[in-house]
Amino acid sequence: MIILENVSKTYQTGVRAVKDLNLMVEDGEFVFITGKSGSGKSTLFRLLTRELKPTEGSIMVNDFDLDSIRRRQIPRFRRSIGVVFQDFRLLNDRNVYENVAFAQRVIGASPNEIKSNVPRMLQLTGLSHKYKNMPYELSGGEQQRVAIARALVNQPRIILADEPTGNLDETNTMEIMKLLEDINRMGTTVIVITHSMSMLESMKKRVISMEKGRIVSDTGSERKNKGAGAAAGTESTSGSRAGVIRRRRRSI
Amino acid sequence: MRTFFYCIGQGLANTRRNILFSIASVATVSACIFLFCMFFSIIANVRSIVYTAETTVGITVFFDESADDAAKESVKQAIMDRGGVKKIVYTSAEEAWEEFKTEYFGEDAEELSEAYADDNPLADSDSYEIFLNDIEDQEAMAEYIAGLPGVRQVNYANTVVSVLKSLNKVVSILSIVIIGVLVAVSVFLISNTISVAAAFRKRENEIMRLIGATDFMIRAPFVVEGLLIGLLGALIPLAAVYYIYGRVMEYFTAWLSGLGTGFELMGLVPLDIIFPYLAGCGLLFGAGIGFIVSFFTIRKHLRV
Repeated sequence: MIILENVSKTYQTGVRAVKDLNLMVEDGEFVFITGKSGSGKSTLFRLLTRELKPTEGSIMVNDFDLDSIRRRQIPRFRRSIGVVFQDFRLLNDRNVYENVAFAQRVIGASPNEIKSNVPRMLQLTGLSHKYKNMPYELSGGEQQRVAIARALVNQPRIILADEPTGNLDETNTMEIMKLLEDINRMGTTVIVITHSMSMLESMKKRVISMEKGRIVSDTGSERKNKGAGAAAGTESTSGSRAGVIRRRRRSI
Repeated sequence: MRTFFYCIGQGLANTRRNILFSIASVATVSACIFLFCMFFSIIANVRSIVYTAETTVGITVFFDESADDAAKESVKQAIMDRGGVKKIVYTSAEEAWEEFKTEYFGEDAEELSEAYADDNPLADSDSYEIFLNDIEDQEAMAEYIAGLPGVRQVNYANTVVSVLKSLNKVVSILSIVIIGVLVAVSVFLISNTISVAAAFRKRENEIMRLIGATDFMIRAPFVVEGLLIGLLGALIPLAAVYYIYGRVMEYFTAWLSGLGTGFELMGLVPLDIIFPYLAGCGLLFGAGIGFIVSFFTIRKHLRV
């Protein structure tokens, strides 16, 4: 679960990249975050991976309070999320198998775990037959599949993908989105940052739109609001978010 | 254990990828440690000669002709009271003559010295020979003894002491300056090598960070690389020093034996005594500089 409460981020240059964000993503959801360049999507991504700390507000991801998390706990937190980038970020001096195994090696997984997990991930992403290929021998779509396999191999609870189809053609884009949908169906929360409107329309998932650092629309909360309004019509979504974050903090 | 071997493997891979910088760093550390070993050997040998001089070169005190036993005893007491004295040996006039005969007439001593049988030429040449704890005190002690009542003459190895003192000082200062410069160059080169390795692996480190690798896991390969550079940089000069010192030792021993008796004390410190110190210091220095420089360089480069 991801909970953001009144989150703002101002860079040292004085630029206020995100302003007063309130957001809740339940376990197992598939969410798109969209917006134009400079809308704050990438800053939000880096806040969620704890590359950045918010200037104000609090962020809770997978029961880790990212505001008060200790430095030595950050690696443990990051193992609970998997990240995928637009430029794939594969290691070009290692083959497909080694790229996926790398994610396991750096967290100290045993050779047996690696031998069992890596082929499973390659099968899931449809790359079993290409395990010996080097990244530069693969198409863009295949390279992104390797990146997804690497993000998944440590069994994260959330996959965060920053423009995962930005460098792909339409066919590959649809294949990657289908793969992410399959992963989501298996129980992993998937958050995709994108500016592709056609993809949003075809996928019919929750869409959070950002503009100038603020959330300007959230189809998920709109649906909830409608539901809540029909039932009681009283508590706002941010009010319920605040309640949840307080309850979760107490439980931690 | 798995992590340990992974880090060692990555450290080796770093060194291989970065081979030119690694070689340059190893060469500088080697030069540094080689010179350190050379100066260490010179200083150790000078000290050994100083020690030999301390134990064999003493101050000789001769008395006034009028000095009786009580006066000689009070001179001895005054010297002992000043402190810093290892031992005082009294040599009577008869003993001095016997020593002289043996030293200069050799096997024919009795025959050649017959003319002096009843007339000791060294009468009134009884003396004290004084050995000090620290050879550097000799000059002051000699001046002090010369001022005591009943003392006629004081002899001591003034030249030996001053030469040894100044040689030791020059070698020490020179070694500190040269080693200091080389340490600075080594630090710069190792730091540069690690920085290049960090830049080379920037992408990999970023991925590692986002996947959830610990600081240790990210930094350890670079520290292993620094350690390897330091250890290799120590082993090469140590092997060279072992060979060179052995050859010099052989040559020097042969040269001294050619000079005749009396020069054995100037012999070099044996290799099996000096080398463990050289090896210990060299390895510690190499590993230490490799570890410390790489640790702090990578800390600066990889803020996680």
